[in-house]
Amino acid sequence: MTSSSSVNTSRRRFLGGSCLVVGFTLTPKGLAQAYDASNNASKSAAKTLNAFVIVAPDDTVTVLSKHIEFGQGPYTGLATLVAEEMDADWAQIRVDSAPADNELYANTMFGAQLTGGSTTMANSYTQMREAGATARTMLLAAAAIEWSVPASELTVEKGRIRHAKSGKESGFGAFAADAAKLTPPEKVTLKNSSDFVLIGENRPKVDTKVKTNGEAKFTLDLQLDNMLIATVLHPSHYGATVSSLDAKAALAIPGVVDVKAVPSGVAVYAENTYAALKGRQALNVKWNESAAETRSSEQIIDSYRAMIGKKGITATERGDISKAFSNDTSTTHEAEFVFPFLAHAPMEPLDAVLMRQRDGSIDCYAGSQFPTGDKQAISEVCQIDAGKVRIHTQLAGGSFGRRAQFNSPFMREASEVFKASGMSRPVKLFWTREDDIRGGFYRPIYVHQLKGAINADGTIDGWDQVVVGQSIRGKTDEVDETSVEGASDLPYVIENMRMVSHNTTNGVPPLWWRSVGHTHTAFTVEVFLDELLEKSGKDPIEGRLALLKNNPRESAVLRRVAQMASSAGKPAKGRVHGVAVHKSFSSYVAQIAEVSVQADGTPKVHKVWVAVDCGVAVNPNIIKAQMEGGVGYGLGAILYDEITLGEGGYIKQSNFHDYRSLRIGEMPEVIVEIIESNESPTGVGEPGVPPIGPAVANAWRRLTGKPVRRLPLVRSQLS
Amino acid sequence: MIKFQLNGKQTEFNGDPSTPLLWVIRDEKKLTGTKYGCGIAQCGACTVHLNGSTLRSCVTPISEVSGKEVTTIEGLLSSKVSAEATAVQRAWVAIDVPQCGYCQSGQVMSAVALLKANSNPTDQDIDNAMAGNICRCATYQRIRQGIHDAAGTLTASASSNVKGETA
Ligand code: FES
Ligand code: FES
Repeated sequence: MTSSSSVNTSRRRFLGGSCLVVGFTLTPKGLAQAYDASNNASKSAAKTLNAFVIVAPDDTVTVLSKHIEFGQGPYTGLATLVAEEMDADWAQIRVDSAPADNELYANTMFGAQLTGGSTTMANSYTQMREAGATARTMLLAAAAIEWSVPASELTVEKGRIRHAKSGKESGFGAFAADAAKLTPPEKVTLKNSSDFVLIGENRPKVDTKVKTNGEAKFTLDLQLDNMLIATVLHPSHYGATVSSLDAKAALAIPGVVDVKAVPSGVAVYAENTYAALKGRQALNVKWNESAAETRSSEQIIDSYRAMIGKKGITATERGDISKAFSNDTSTTHEAEFVFPFLAHAPMEPLDAVLMRQRDGSIDCYAGSQFPTGDKQAISEVCQIDAGKVRIHTQLAGGSFGRRAQFNSPFMREASEVFKASGMSRPVKLFWTREDDIRGGFYRPIYVHQLKGAINADGTIDGWDQVVVGQSIRGKTDEVDETSVEGASDLPYVIENMRMVSHNTTNGVPPLWWRSVGHTHTAFTVEVFLDELLEKSGKDPIEGRLALLKNNPRESAVLRRVAQMASSAGKPAKGRVHGVAVHKSFSSYVAQIAEVSVQADGTPKVHKVWVAVDCGVAVNPNIIKAQMEGGVGYGLGAILYDEITLGEGGYIKQSNFHDYRSLRIGEMPEVIVEIIESNESPTGVGEPGVPPIGPAVANAWRRLTGKPVRRLPLVRSQLS
Repeated sequence: MIKFQLNGKQTEFNGDPSTPLLWVIRDEKKLTGTKYGCGIAQCGACTVHLNGSTLRSCVTPISEVSGKEVTTIEGLLSSKVSAEATAVQRAWVAIDVPQCGYCQSGQVMSAVALLKANSNPTDQDIDNAMAGNICRCATYQRIRQGIHDAAGTLTASASSNVKGETA
């Protein structure tokens, strides 16, 4: 396969002897250099062959990841693509994060540098392979010149370049300097998948070791000389502002350096973390709640219910929906589903380190999921040219969507806090878990109403769905895809179908949460369909398959998961299986959950079988890990989690004691199989999440006779 | 002034005696392998060993540590539990337990303490011992597997030692 190299457009900026210093990777890179950015030019002998590949004299190959690593595996996955096309040895591969540079490192699906929508592999698959193939071609060209042999006679295996006739052999490093002077090829030939050596294998992850011995550095771990620690006191009602501030007691605490009002609250600056926390506690602040959300969750839900039946925006309509429901011989079925606010609660709360250099430029160290937006935010708030802002993306302790925000509000807060400090010392802004849980930007509340019609011969021939909720994308009069995705594109053959959407507004800002719209649409579709199948006397698997005749990939994962579960034998007494299948982010996942009722009346999920089709499986080990994690993350949320606004709108939850996380004893055994495929690879970070909720709810209904209408399941079913 | 042992070395702290051990370790002693996750003894990210038992350093004032022995993830391999630590870390690497990795120092500290006390834990023992360690990435299945694998290598090396002695 020949493809014109998309790395070409960026190559010239990296040629002509420009070099980067890249030490080993998983440490906060550039920290030492950051102290003197003006001195950045004189650096080591490592050579940049293109925007993504750096070859050092010692043969190490450093791959620059334009995507943030927070556990979903891009460092390993992207490096695998480069190493494959370079014919490198896995042991010589290093990974570092790429700087913020929209021109070089944009997500090709979004046009901005952003990790999200499970697009890392899909948008990088060709680009990173081309980067590897380009580097290989340039290294071979340099070797051919040096050895005075035709490049076509050279071979590469495990990072060794060989010329069989002359017996010459070398690693990459010896030719890095010469290769960097060559003009990159216009076109490179990529391998056929049958020649893959690394792609499709279980590569050990590049970041595992440092994540077992405490060496991995996250933003919270960075310590710069003379750095201040800052915390912000936020209001308990989202959207309230400071009306009066008395900082006397806070300033009296040893170690507290300063207190400043900032747009989001009151910042306390201190010499150490404990002083910052104590100082924050000692603040005396009165809040103005006139702009805050003052409705409770229940009031919000009631107001959403009241919109059902009013004129909304039609997302899909096919067939004749009114006819399907006016047929006297049909049976109809109705259900309302209510979904709560959800916090993401990544293990590492939000944080950022900002420092100003002598030349006025600013370095930012953060788990930046949206470097393009973060750079812009710093530039606007601190009033400096975006070209003078450098973002150093750090390893991040999870995200689940939390670190990628429109307009970068967190980075704006960090910048405001930094600016208010006078910017003479580096500042680390650190959110506590309470800030995180009460910080808004939740998966919004949604209310869905569904009506189904089953005709006299048992065919489901009517599906009428309404969704009411906040538009994550800020839409008013148009459909927000994130409200309807996964339902409006229902894969089941149902003749008459309609989906209507209502966008609402709310004082608590919304955000995507791992799998976005599919967090609720998959639940409504798969639970309601399961009920319709049951009412029409059909088997949940066979019934689905019959309706999926136009969708071979959904059918294949469903068949596979059914096989997996049935080969495990009949479930033990008291245990029941529930199934769900759902496509999200172009990947297909089917799950079967084995569930029983525990002595205290709560569900116990014993096992979950997962079949996934995500195209070419670049690293099966990472895919399996993402399915396991997706199941666990989704399960904790559907069983236990909700953020509730109480009377007057205050946020009730504050930490892990009342915003539960799944714990080890609640984790089911997860068995994953991957469908073999030659399709282009698609995402795995999110698609494991949507099916777990409906699979468990379907099992629960079959087990107890009680349909699940409201999440979290444990509260709605047991109260 | 508060004196205590940190990873085998005598050390001291002169600040506010109510300062949680977590912030002394991280801010003063610059050992950042021990993490903050909740600050209220709910998540286990801040787990260290105090005189060999697990302790949530986020809720332990430094004054309570006076004269005692603290081991953090950084000191694990040179501590009395180095055999367990080696086995756990190797098992973690072999099956790629971590995802984001942020909780994993705490997971490793708890797993090592479990294996020190119980060299062949059942699933139930693991559930009990690890219940206080949240992993938001839900790597629990591999944590469980990693503990079983580590127990296996510890038992194997223990039995080969016994054979070596009797031979
Ligand atoms: S930080 Fe100590 S238990 Fe969570
Ligand atoms: S690995 Fe991410 S929280 Fe455990």
